[in-house]
Amino acid sequence: MLEVIVSKYNYWIFAILLIVGLYSMMAKNNLMKKLIGMNIFQWAVILFFISIGAKKGATVPIIAGAHGDGGHEIVVHATEYVNPLPHALMLTAIVVCIATIGIALALLVAIHRRYNTIEEDEIIEELKR
Amino acid sequence: METVHSTTPLLALLASLIGAFLILFTGGKRPNLRELWTILAAVTKFAFICSMLPYVLQGKIVEYTIIEIYKGIALQLRVDTFGMIFALLASCLWIVVSVYSVGYMRGLSEHAQTRYFFCFALALFGATGVALSGNLFTLYMFYEILTIATFPLVVHKETPEAIKAGRKYLAYLLTGATFVLFSMGLTYYLTGTLDFAPGGFVAGHGSKELLSLLFVAFIIGFGSKAAIMPIHEWLPSAMIAPTPVSALLHAVAVVKAGVFCCLRVILYIFGPEVLSDLGLWITLAYFVSFSVIVANIIALTQDDLKRRLAFSTINNLSIIILGAALLSSQGIRGAMLLIPFHGFMKITLFMCAGAIYVKTHLENISEMEGIGRQMPITMAAFTIGAAGLTGIPPVCGFISKWYLCLGALEAKEIIFLMVLLVSALLDGAYFFPIIYGAFFKRPKFVKSKFDEAPVLVVAPIVITAIGSLLFGLFPDAFIHFFKLASLSAKNILGG
Amino acid sequence: MILEQLPALIVVTPLILSLVVNVVGLWDKRLCFPIVAVTLFACLIWAIGILWRVIDHGTIHYCFGNWQPPWGIEYVIDHLNALVLVSVAVVSLLVAIYAKRAVDQEIPESKLPQFYTLFLLQVTGLFGITATGDMFNLYVLLEIASFSAYAIIAMGERGADFAAFRYLIFGTIGACAYLLGVGYLYILTGSLNMADLTQLLPKLFYSKALLVGFSFFLVGVGIKMGIFPLHTWLPDAYTLAPSTVSALLAPLYTKVGAYVIIRIIFTVFDPSFSIKLYPVMDILGWIAAIGIMFACIMALAQSDLKRMLCYVIVAEMGYILIGIASANRLGLTGAILHIVNDMFMMACLFTVAGAIFYQTGTRNIYQFRYLHRTMPVTLAVFVVGALSVVGVPPMCGFFSKWYLILGTIQAEKWVLLAVLLISSLIYAILFFRVIENAYLEPREAHASAHDSGHPAVTLDKVPWSMLVPMLLIAAGIILLGIFSGKIIMHIIQFAVPESL
Repeated sequence: MLEVIVSKYNYWIFAILLIVGLYSMMAKNNLMKKLIGMNIFQWAVILFFISIGAKKGATVPIIAGAHGDGGHEIVVHATEYVNPLPHALMLTAIVVCIATIGIALALLVAIHRRYNTIEEDEIIEELKR
Repeated sequence: METVHSTTPLLALLASLIGAFLILFTGGKRPNLRELWTILAAVTKFAFICSMLPYVLQGKIVEYTIIEIYKGIALQLRVDTFGMIFALLASCLWIVVSVYSVGYMRGLSEHAQTRYFFCFALALFGATGVALSGNLFTLYMFYEILTIATFPLVVHKETPEAIKAGRKYLAYLLTGATFVLFSMGLTYYLTGTLDFAPGGFVAGHGSKELLSLLFVAFIIGFGSKAAIMPIHEWLPSAMIAPTPVSALLHAVAVVKAGVFCCLRVILYIFGPEVLSDLGLWITLAYFVSFSVIVANIIALTQDDLKRRLAFSTINNLSIIILGAALLSSQGIRGAMLLIPFHGFMKITLFMCAGAIYVKTHLENISEMEGIGRQMPITMAAFTIGAAGLTGIPPVCGFISKWYLCLGALEAKEIIFLMVLLVSALLDGAYFFPIIYGAFFKRPKFVKSKFDEAPVLVVAPIVITAIGSLLFGLFPDAFIHFFKLASLSAKNILGG
Repeated sequence: MILEQLPALIVVTPLILSLVVNVVGLWDKRLCFPIVAVTLFACLIWAIGILWRVIDHGTIHYCFGNWQPPWGIEYVIDHLNALVLVSVAVVSLLVAIYAKRAVDQEIPESKLPQFYTLFLLQVTGLFGITATGDMFNLYVLLEIASFSAYAIIAMGERGADFAAFRYLIFGTIGACAYLLGVGYLYILTGSLNMADLTQLLPKLFYSKALLVGFSFFLVGVGIKMGIFPLHTWLPDAYTLAPSTVSALLAPLYTKVGAYVIIRIIFTVFDPSFSIKLYPVMDILGWIAAIGIMFACIMALAQSDLKRMLCYVIVAEMGYILIGIASANRLGLTGAILHIVNDMFMMACLFTVAGAIFYQTGTRNIYQFRYLHRTMPVTLAVFVVGALSVVGVPPMCGFFSKWYLILGTIQAEKWVLLAVLLISSLIYAILFFRVIENAYLEPREAHASAHDSGHPAVTLDKVPWSMLVPMLLIAAGIILLGIFSGKIIMHIIQFAVPESL
């Protein structure tokens, strides 16, 4: 049992972060805290992707000498290299993530300017008027 | 059967559709032009439909496919003998009602006349479409158009009462349409086709239970429009509408489309064989017999003339369905004849009620005593119509009733003969007090000297009353209703 | 050849021009609208070109930068997405023309360039989601569309910023769920290309991980398309957004989501996965049934026209789900046809809501009295749209409903059939309530029949640049209905998987 937990620790961390993020998005009243929760949620997914590309003892995915003479004879063992694709994907996802945060912060500023608060219940109260 | 491909059916439909939009765009500023369009569209439509009559009488079928929708489904117009009866009736009476409407609406200087004439033309577009449809899919399309186009007419007065009646109308008819939609889907699923065939096409498809369910759903669906009891409640409420609309509802388009569709289901989708195998015809016949009798009893208790006529309509519609449900050649012929004949007689009665309203603003029978002295022409026409509906020769109602009675005998069901006779007796019981009161009682609320409604109102009444008489004397005159009905019956029962 | 580059062009054109609009807008704000209109017109031509090629030559494969799949990003356009592309292009062009005058009232002039930039970005995202054949690329474009949606909704009336924020939180959960689904698929197969996944996945169908990934997809896309019970963001966001924005987002965004779900269930995963292996279709069917009834009842309770329409959208998404859940040719045909039809119907109704708001400043149904005198054309368009949603032939809404009904009958899912039929009755109540308020003028039983004290009948005061797109959409509704047979024969029947 312990072995399962330890050997797949990346998944556990991912799951815990995901739940933490989801919890604060749902339960927190302060919009900024919701936003932080959302960010944790996104990062959990990004970490999940990065962890699946990594391998123990593997190196960067650059094939030495491939462009020089005899490059064709080098045998590539996938196990020796980190899978670069999830990482490349996550670069895009990070951009997306930052864009989301950017828009959310801009919205928060606008909300704060208009309602003078970022507490959800107070805003709803204000809107009902 | 030989098929003639021709665009005439489409043109007949377009006449009223284009007419409707011409009316709409002409608007209220030029009422004369607007009403010219109405009458022009009506006459054109009638001419187009008459031009197809010779083919249909030769036993040919006029066909026009508008567009193919899916495997086995097309928007298709197909004029057969039975469709021809209804198309002729609707388009012929439209001319009469148009003239009458002009007189009536101007006489009362009603509001929103453009909307009224527009929707009227659109309703006729729907009704003729129903008549000319070659398959259930097309029929459903026009059926819905008819339902929607009639709604503004029912609420025309826009009083709280009228709006309530309109809601009731929509609630009943759209629920009915939903049942039809369901049955249409099921029919397509079972048979893979929706084309009408004389004698039906569902034979051999689906289990007994499923077919019974289908039949019940169909009858509930179309029955809502045909105002079979107990789903008739919208019809008396809709009497709040202006009288020409009631005439349209009762005689020309709406409820007639309902019974037309019921007959299509009974005779052209299920067919006599399937129905007698399933034993459903007798159930249906008992069911509508109930309506026949109860509607007439209720009619006896109504003091509002239009409401009394409304229950008389419910009675006649059920008689038509009863005739078809008997599945005998004479019964079918009688039922098909009663569709146009009842149209002529009932429209006369309604227009009389309208004429009385235009002139005296009276609606209750008890107040109409002595009206025969003020409006002798109107009341004479009323007498002809009422006599016809009771089944007194030589008015045309007698002929259809005669064949219906023969049909009941042919089906060897004496009980339905009794139903028909009792219903005729009750007809007499609620019509003759009106006539007696009109001519032989001393006027209380009306003048005792001659003072008729405007010419545009009286002329159509006289025409339809004379029409009812002539069809009684020469049932095959002019537009050959008799021959068409006989041919249909022959086709359905297979030679 | 330009013809071969069309799949890229349709995404790249609006993307680049969205930036151009922003820059040009700094210089002269009046230039923004012509650029947007021309761009979207070009996109429409590209889309039609694509559709024409697909009908003639079958599926188009386009590899970005000539990187062969499964390594590079591939755009695959078959009959299904070609149809959706064209519909998106048509509706967005018409809404853009409609926008020109509609935004005058609701958006400060200084923000016009930003508005048009976001408008084009939104359309870019929608085109991209539809055209792409790569799961991760789809995520990125989904987010492009969502970002522009968040920002553009926040431009709306009071409370829109808060609604947009809530939408953002929900939308991000949805996007992350989708991304997780992509992650699961990637772990299992090492591929992100849809066509490749189609080949690889059937061997893994019994893997529990795949089921988890599939569920993440459903939840993710479900949030984006606003399926009950994940729709809670939708009514607020679309009601409070500027009317043009609702007219753009409400018809297109949710429907493109529906396209994605069809793509995932029927292309990426083999249909047998959700039909035979797991009871996915049953679950979807029940969700749809409950969702439709819920949304219909909620819609009945609304007095704000736009909010009522928002619940109608939720119900319409349920219709599409019913088509999917029938899991047969007829049902799926209905679902695909309904995607297209619903784009037009919702565009019609939301533009009408916008036009009424433009002229009268109200969206409250009970304040619509006498509207038929002052806005006859707008109301005529509304009647067409409303009858279509109710399902009156020959409007298009009836035809998709017909196939959906046939689908449920064939699948013998009687509950779904009942829901379809009952909901159309509730629709009738919904829309006739509006029509009654707008058209009828309650009067006393014996009041004078003459008009007095009411506004005279005049043509709408809404500018022609708003009326014409509305009329075109209404015409589209009728034409789509009449020619639905042709569309099915030439396009949709090839879009439905062979195995059904």
